Amino acid sequence: MSPFTTWDIVRNLLLATQWTVLLSLIAFAGGAVVALAALLARTSRNRWARRGTVFYIELFQGTPLLMQLFLFFFGLSLLGLNVPPWLAAAVALILWTGAFLAEIWRGCVEAIPRGQWEASASLAQSYFEQMRYVILPQALRIAVPPTVGFSVQVVKATALTSIIGFVELSKASTMITNATFQPFVVYGFAALIYFALCWPLSKSSQLLERKLNVAHRRH
Amino acid sequence: MSLIAVTEVRKRFGANEVLKGINLDVAPGEVIAIIGKSGSGKSTLLRCINGLETIDEGSIMVAGAQLADDELHLRALRLKVGMIFQGFNLFPHLSAGRNVMLSPMVVKKISAKEAEAEARARLAQVGLEHKFDAYPDELSGGQQQRVAIARALAMRPLALLCDEITSALDPELVNEVLQVVGKLAEEGMTLLMVTHEMRFAREVCDRVVFMHQGRVHEIGPPDIVFESPKTLELRQFLGMT
Repeated sequence: MSPFTTWDIVRNLLLATQWTVLLSLIAFAGGAVVALAALLARTSRNRWARRGTVFYIELFQGTPLLMQLFLFFFGLSLLGLNVPPWLAAAVALILWTGAFLAEIWRGCVEAIPRGQWEASASLAQSYFEQMRYVILPQALRIAVPPTVGFSVQVVKATALTSIIGFVELSKASTMITNATFQPFVVYGFAALIYFALCWPLSKSSQLLERKLNVAHRRH
Repeated sequence: MSLIAVTEVRKRFGANEVLKGINLDVAPGEVIAIIGKSGSGKSTLLRCINGLETIDEGSIMVAGAQLADDELHLRALRLKVGMIFQGFNLFPHLSAGRNVMLSPMVVKKISAKEAEAEARARLAQVGLEHKFDAYPDELSGGQQQRVAIARALAMRPLALLCDEITSALDPELVNEVLQVVGKLAEEGMTLLMVTHEMRFAREVCDRVVFMHQGRVHEIGPPDIVFESPKTLELRQFLGMT
């Protein structure tokens, strides 16, 4: 019989889960910063800033995340830069998350009535003042449910980084399977762990959506 | 010396020319009503004066600030002239008081304490000092529009542009807003308003501008414009034929 107990498997999977969680948090936090910058550039008056951002967003939305991971991992080492898997994974995921969040948030900004822009403009506010004090506080409210919903995609996307050798939950599952020859048990537990991470997120997204919709009061 | 000088302004939306060479000078303290059919260009003219629309030809000056399409010029212009909209456009996430305080604080960089005192004074001016902490969705349309007026006044503009400010109101709420505007006129505020309230225009205004097909068709004191209109179009508009 196998010298590994079920607890051995679960324990090692849980140890690897912390890297999945950490990578998700980094991707999400970094992606949010990138997305905010992209959002400001995308809606600014500067034509080149807008074009550059559209190019970035289309590039990262229009290519598979797997290719982006390969390009950051193998591509940069071709240029002589030795990129460790965790760095390539973090950078690729941050830029990928940023591209999607930027578009989600742009939709939220565009949902704010034009009268809000006109009223704040007529009060002599600059573009950044309008954004900071009038538009974003209102857009944020609508942005919460889809943003939390998208975080589920980020968690699942971290599984792809196993391919460039970053040891998170998926990579650990493969390694444990190779040692135990119990793929169904191992991947079954891995799937349960992913579900335990994602389900509360998608559930809270639904709850937030209902709550923010039912409450028509906007304060 | 005029406070607002509109000179040969032309404005096109695509192939459609909505302003065909407008000239209008507004003296300090003057109250002017702009009347005309919808599509005559009256709202567009108003929106051009504080740079919400760009102009294709001509020039607009307000107290030495020239309209130009960059943020510095626009800001200088908008510090001189405030605007009130048909749809109120209060900021729904801020209380009435905060609506009034916001721009003085972020644009003029005055302290929160000064801004609050100013906001209370301006809200009192429109009869709403007791609504300082109320949010826009807790106010009636007439109250919201009065807060919008207080918000514009808090920036201490030299002139106010009013774009059909009573058109979105229930009939019984129109008067409370007109009273506030009438009081401002008495106190010497320069007002340029697009309005359908003919009786109010007649009582309060120094001059009435009748716009037709993108041009100033007739202009003059209200008793002359309303009593003895010179052109067929104005007579038709006033329902005199």
